[in-house]
Amino acid sequence: MYYDVTIAGFGGQGVMMIGNMLAEAAMNEGKKVTYWPSYSAEMRGGTANCTVVISTKDIGSPIVGFPQSAIIMNLPSLKKYQSKIKKDGLLIVNTSLIDQKEIKRDDIDVVKAPLISLAREAGNDRLSNMVALGIFLAKTQIVSLESLFETFTEVLDERYHHLIPINKKVIQMGIDFVKE
Amino acid sequence: MSDSKKRFIKGNEAIAVATIDAGCRYYFSYPITPQSDIPEYLSLHLPEVGGTFLQAESEIAAINMVLGASAAGARAMTSSSGPGISLKQEGISYMASDELPALIVNISRTGPGLGGIAASQGDYFQATKGGGHGDYRTIVLAPYSVQEMYDLTIKGFDLADKYRMPVMILADSVLGQMKEPVAMGGRKKSTAIRKDWAITGCEGRRPHVIKSLYLEGDKSIEHNWKLAKKYKKIQKNEVMYEIKGCKDADLILIAFGSAARIAKTSIEMAREKGIKAGMLRPITLFPFPNQQIKDLSKDIRNILVVEQNTGQMVEDVLISVSENARVTFYGKPTGNVLEAEEILGQIEKLKNKKRV
Repeated sequence: MYYDVTIAGFGGQGVMMIGNMLAEAAMNEGKKVTYWPSYSAEMRGGTANCTVVISTKDIGSPIVGFPQSAIIMNLPSLKKYQSKIKKDGLLIVNTSLIDQKEIKRDDIDVVKAPLISLAREAGNDRLSNMVALGIFLAKTQIVSLESLFETFTEVLDERYHHLIPINKKVIQMGIDFVKE
Repeated sequence: MSDSKKRFIKGNEAIAVATIDAGCRYYFSYPITPQSDIPEYLSLHLPEVGGTFLQAESEIAAINMVLGASAAGARAMTSSSGPGISLKQEGISYMASDELPALIVNISRTGPGLGGIAASQGDYFQATKGGGHGDYRTIVLAPYSVQEMYDLTIKGFDLADKYRMPVMILADSVLGQMKEPVAMGGRKKSTAIRKDWAITGCEGRRPHVIKSLYLEGDKSIEHNWKLAKKYKKIQKNEVMYEIKGCKDADLILIAFGSAARIAKTSIEMAREKGIKAGMLRPITLFPFPNQQIKDLSKDIRNILVVEQNTGQMVEDVLISVSENARVTFYGKPTGNVLEAEEILGQIEKLKNKKRV
């Protein structure tokens, strides 16, 4: 088994957070995993991205030029990564911020989801990343929901632990979005 | 591996954790990207174990604090990146001559000059050929995974004590910033060597002298030969490398650190396409695996050297290979990280050439 995903958006949308959660969940399931973040200038505003590789075998490059899947949270990221996604791959697009006309690929599985509206419906519009994570999980089943939930206490500082239930709810909402 | 649970951490953090696990309690540095996660971690956790974290006024001050702590018998370390490592070279040269152990970490960035913060292997020459003034070497370790960032840090402290000399870890932002699961195997009590040469106060014994100035007679010559003998011994005993898939190979790729890590994927891609490619990865850059490369190149003459620079390690490969070997270099200096696909392209090109 080998799977890779690039997650990209504005700094603050939580792309690093869900990348970390995926990676930690995969590690806890005994899989090999690498996490490669953008860093430096991006941390001071602008776009942020990370790439997670999950495999049952030793992983070579943590940097992936042509990912199998991408979670795209804003327009600059769509422009950067859309053409690079491998044929028959998966693209999750945040249509709360991206005009659907910008999506040009018809040779990949595209999930158009208004991530911010969905998160708002669940009670917190800042959790669009968790909706995306739920959608990604439902589409790929790359880790189990339980493994993912277990990572909350590891990636979240204790002062945010009271937010775990709402985060879980929003992830479930993403999963339901795919099922519908 | 003593701890059952792995930790998912950055390469830089792995170095910092290993520093504490190796029993080092003295860290002196001046901040610079892309290694600042190391002082960030140590500023928080070194005092917890009774250690000293000190942000010095400059890189030069930091390396001389390392020198002082080491002279007093303590395990000491510093970390920096390209321009900061250049500033530290005077102190490293003094420590080489003083025969003082220390670990120096270079999470290198692009250069020359101020360069940039992207991944680069442009500090290979500086790290392996001395770096500062005078006739000396440092042991240079080149990790290619977060696990090795941890393991080689611990190994680095041990080698430094064993040979009484500065040891350098040479990595870059790919290895510093990426996260991987790490087993903390080095947490067992550090086997620190008794330092019966250290300056600890000479009450009841003859004073110990640590110096690098030798004006009288042949003392300087003797001292240089003494150091040279030590480096020869290291070349004989401490070479570390990894060979993968070379038994049936038509082509060997030679790369270290992040370039080797990325090239690992290129080799797998090549194998899927039926190209018999293998890899030799030097783990110690000094001592360099000259003999291993020579032996391999007797049977496999097609050699591709890949570096994240314009060609540095390739010179060491060229003086190592057997006469008939054909060495091709592929490098990318800066800014953009090497991609597995482009290295695969080079492998395919060489393969096609061979058929003609």
